[in-house]
Amino acid sequence: MKKLTGAILATVFTTTLASAEPVDDTLILNEETPIVTRTAAPAHLSDALDEVLSGWLFRGTETRAMQSDDFDNPGMIFVEQAMEAWETADGTAGKSCSSCHNEIESMAGVKPTYPKWDENAGSVQTLQMQMNECRTERMGAEAWGYDKGPAINMEAALSSVSRGMPVNVAIDGPAQSAWEQGKELYYTRTGQLELSCANCHEDNYGNMIRADHLSQGQINGFPVYRLKNTKLNGAHSRFKGCIRDTRAETYAPGSDEFIALELYVASRGNGLSVEGPSIRN
Amino acid sequence: MKNCFIGAAIGAMIATGLHAEEVLPTNVAFNDGAIEQSLSGAPGDPNNGRIIVGDKGQGNCVACHEVTDLADVPFHGEIGPMLDGAGDRWSEAELRGIVANAKIMFEGSMMPSFYKTEGFIRPGNAYTGEAADDTFGPLLSAQQIEDVVAYLVTLKEE
Ligand code: HEC
Ligand code: HEC
Ligand code: HEC
Repeated sequence: MKKLTGAILATVFTTTLASAEPVDDTLILNEETPIVTRTAAPAHLSDALDEVLSGWLFRGTETRAMQSDDFDNPGMIFVEQAMEAWETADGTAGKSCSSCHNEIESMAGVKPTYPKWDENAGSVQTLQMQMNECRTERMGAEAWGYDKGPAINMEAALSSVSRGMPVNVAIDGPAQSAWEQGKELYYTRTGQLELSCANCHEDNYGNMIRADHLSQGQINGFPVYRLKNTKLNGAHSRFKGCIRDTRAETYAPGSDEFIALELYVASRGNGLSVEGPSIRN
Repeated sequence: MKNCFIGAAIGAMIATGLHAEEVLPTNVAFNDGAIEQSLSGAPGDPNNGRIIVGDKGQGNCVACHEVTDLADVPFHGEIGPMLDGAGDRWSEAELRGIVANAKIMFEGSMMPSFYKTEGFIRPGNAYTGEAADDTFGPLLSAQQIEDVVAYLVTLKEE
């Protein structure tokens, strides 16, 4: 996989000016795994949207093609790094992830359910928080910084083994109050530009805002490899950028607000396939 | 001596006079979404207004609106209506009201309020992601609003 990197990164990506509509295209990963990129909106969203659409449908032809084959997907290089970390002992207990969890493939089906309620913690936890719980409480290792290299790479590895499975986060029961908080944040018009997530990603997906083709702002594709910064990016970092762009005081990755927002935004994509690591502009 | 006093008094009158003519963002009087009076007290410059409408760092109106007259500026958005003919559809006072605070003319509009300094949720310090500090001001100055309005008035369909 690594030998292809140079060629991939050297490619010059021409910006194809997208037309208003999302493309009519289907994504089959590595010619074997069908990825659901458009499906009926989950019940809680049916008043606002008929269909939910992956951000993949709003990207250009070359970008879409890169994501369909792992050999062309630069995000997979970071997954490889995390696969190595999975096997590597770290911390005072001398354990690696694999000491307890065996093959990383045993984690298939985990990513689609996160963020989720954690009974012991008494709160909603993201996948990164769960990984850090294992590191600090079971391995005697230091917590990874939120959305930082090692954490985001491992999140991508955990996501990669769940690709093709439908996002399915629980929004009721004990998770409900965090979900409500996330929903409130989604519809709040922040900053000096007074824009909410919904203004751009619910009311205007498919439209151009200056040079950007607006998608529904789904997170089924996270972590995302961005051509813009040539690394994996976490959902919280993306939220941070979008809020900053409303000329607002933003929140920090890992904050309670972003945990709640992640749960809510993930739930808007219930039914779409897990795609991470995906490729976006 | 006497002349000196008179001169100073007139100077002061002119200074306060000019000042009184600039309407502060918190003092704007809307009439059905329109603003009759110039916000700066001076006429607008349509050439500068044209630059402001297309410039990413100023009005950035083309982020949301297409304007045929600005075809030399790349990437026009399609969130709001095309601005061609805006000078036929709206009076100068209405255009001033729309640019200063479109939410009064169009309830709940997605268009930002360009001459407003209060009532924001988590206002930031420009695009830094940090909280606003005491340098916080309206998105466009009174004169910039006048320049933009002067430009919009020229957008007539032949
Ligand atoms: C000492 C054993 C141990 C080690 C080492 C360990 N874990 Fe865990 N891990 C657990 C246990 C036990 C659970 C179940 C916890 C629970 O149910 O609350 C768990 C749960 C998880 C889950 C959630 C699974 C689910 O179904 O929700 C993830 C993800 C995870 N671990 C990732 C990791 C990663 C990544 C590493 C290495 C950085 C790691 N773990 C290292 C014991 C371990
Ligand atoms: C001013 C418009 C605007 C607002 C408001 C906005 N975004 Fe975005 N967002 C964008 C643009 C432009 C992109 C890049 C193109 C795209 O995928 O839509 C983007 C991308 C995203 C993506 C990446 C989607 C993908 O498939 O990779 C997510 C997730 C996202 N936004 C979430 C949010 C959330 C959550 C909020 C509210 C906190 C928000 N955005 C507010 C403009 C906006
Ligand atoms: C974030 C997107 C956005 C930005 C930026 C924006 N507008 Fe608008 N504008 C709109 C929308 C949406 C409408 C439609 C009114 C409504 O909300 O119903 C509108 C309406 C208008 C109208 C009335 C349209 C007509 O011709 O009937 C004018 C004039 C106008 N805008 C001028 C401007 C100017 C000048 C700027 C820059 C200083 C600007 N807009 C920036 C979104 C925007």
